[in-house]
This record gives sequence, structure tokens and C-alpha cells, in this order.
Amino acid sequence: MSRLRFRPRRDVVCREAVELVTDYLEDALPQARRRRFEAHLSQCPDCPEYLAQMRAIVALAGSITPDDLTPHMRQEFINVYRRWRDEEARDLL
Amino acid sequence: MPEDPDSALVSRVRAGDEGAFAELAAKYQGAMLSIARGYVPSGAVAEEVVQEAWIGVLRGIGRFERRSSFRTWLFRILVNRAISAGVRERRSVPVDDMGPVVDASCFDAGGTWQVPPEAWADRVDDQVIAAKISARILAAIDELPLQQREVVTLRDVQGLSSAEVCAVLDISNANQRVLLHRGRSKLRQVIGSEFGRGQ
Repeated sequence: MSRLRFRPRRDVVCREAVELVTDYLEDALPQARRRRFEAHLSQCPDCPEYLAQMRAIVALAGSITPDDLTPHMRQEFINVYRRWRDEEARDLL
Repeated sequence: MPEDPDSALVSRVRAGDEGAFAELAAKYQGAMLSIARGYVPSGAVAEEVVQEAWIGVLRGIGRFERRSSFRTWLFRILVNRAISAGVRERRSVPVDDMGPVVDASCFDAGGTWQVPPEAWADRVDDQVIAAKISARILAAIDELPLQQREVVTLRDVQGLSSAEVCAVLDISNANQRVLLHRGRSKLRQVIGSEFGRGQ
């Protein structure tokens, strides 16, 4: 028979919720904690906005596109590549 | 392991395609510089470190066995070069940065918001606003403490998985999540203050 555990169930408050957001988004919360976090979200007027803001930050950071290389820098990389090819060719001789 | 997004480029570089190398360079140069700068005293040294890392990548690419993703391997080479060139040693999460991510005064004694976050999340969908904020967020990432900047850059900007980030930076998953949490929370604050009072 499985052992019954009588851990007192405590609701998550906003101050804790803001610290759990990343673990929640990372899917790293243990199930019981995740359920309490979600229960808090469903009845809190403000924490859903906080979660949405953290999601927005992730999306914004992900939307940063790498700067295209300037033509000068691109040429420098091509030169590095060519020097490497020459070096490889020499090593094969 | 999910398929390596750089698989085709890597094959082309090996086959002698210099344009493919330039493409990889364009994709990763910015993040590499940003990470290298955390280890060495100046931007000029960081550029040297990154350049050396690229040469190391080319020299090793024939032996790269794709057991990790290319980007994990690339950033690993970079971090190793940066550590040997740098003055800073790897540290665990600094203890002086372990306070709450939202100022305690925003909550009442019971832990409920008394100064709730001003709503702005849905305004980010606006293309014009998003374009403006993108520039600000890049600057804000640059201002993060070293380890947070590394994790946010690799994870959120470059899109590495948490396992990849842990492998690159040689940190535990729990440590990675703490750094990510603190970094993202600071960015939220900065971007929030662009919209309103921020908190």
C-alpha cells in the first residue's frame, strides 16, 4: 500500500509566483507545485500579466536577428577560410 | 538529439564552400563577441579570442563528429579560448545577486501585489513597438552580469536548448535556470520601464 502523505497544502502567493515563472516555462516544476502555480494564476488578477511579460521577453530576445556582416568583415572571414584551406593543402603535401 | 540546425552549413564548409563559412560567421559572430567580452579585459582582446576560436573551428571541423550540435561545439571552443586568454575564472552564481527578482515593496505583508505590474505584454505584438524594443533589449542583455548574459544570449537569442547551454558553460541545469530567471527578470524590468514605471 502506498504511503499517504499529509503535506499541508499551501497556496502560492504572488511574491512566490514571480520566482517560479522561469521554472514553470522551463517545465521544471514538480507536478504538485506546478498545479499550485497554475491554480494561483487562474485566480490572480495580476500574475498572468507578469507571466505574459516574461514570455514576451523570451520572444523579443529570440527575435533579435544576427547583424549581417559588413562587406569588409565578410571578406575577412573569406580570407581566414582561404588561409585555412591553404594550410590544409600544405599539410597534405 | 534533435537535428543540428547547422548540419548543412557544416557539410558545405567541409566541402570547401567559403560562402557557407561566412554564413556561419554572420550567424554567430555577435553572440561570440558578447560572450568573449565577459572573460577578457577589452573589446579588442575579445575580437582576437573570437578570431582564434574561428580558426580553431576550421582546424577542427574535419574531426567534428556531430556528437553534439555544431553550435555547442563552437561555443565550447570559444569559452575555452576565452578562459585561457582571460583574467576571470568561472564562478558559481554570485551570492550578492540572490535577492528577489521583484522588489519586496511591490507586495503586501501576505505576498500579494500591492503595486501590480503595469500591463504591456500585449503591446509587444505591435510591429513598430517590437522593432523599437528589440534595439533596447540587445543593450539590456549587454548590461547583464556575465553569467546571466551568457545564458540569456545562448538560450534566448541563439535558441540553444538548456542541455546545450549547460554543456557549453559547464554548469548544472538548476544553475542554468537560476541564471536564466535572473537575467530574464532584469530584462522584464528594463523593458517594462520603457513602457511605464517598470518596477
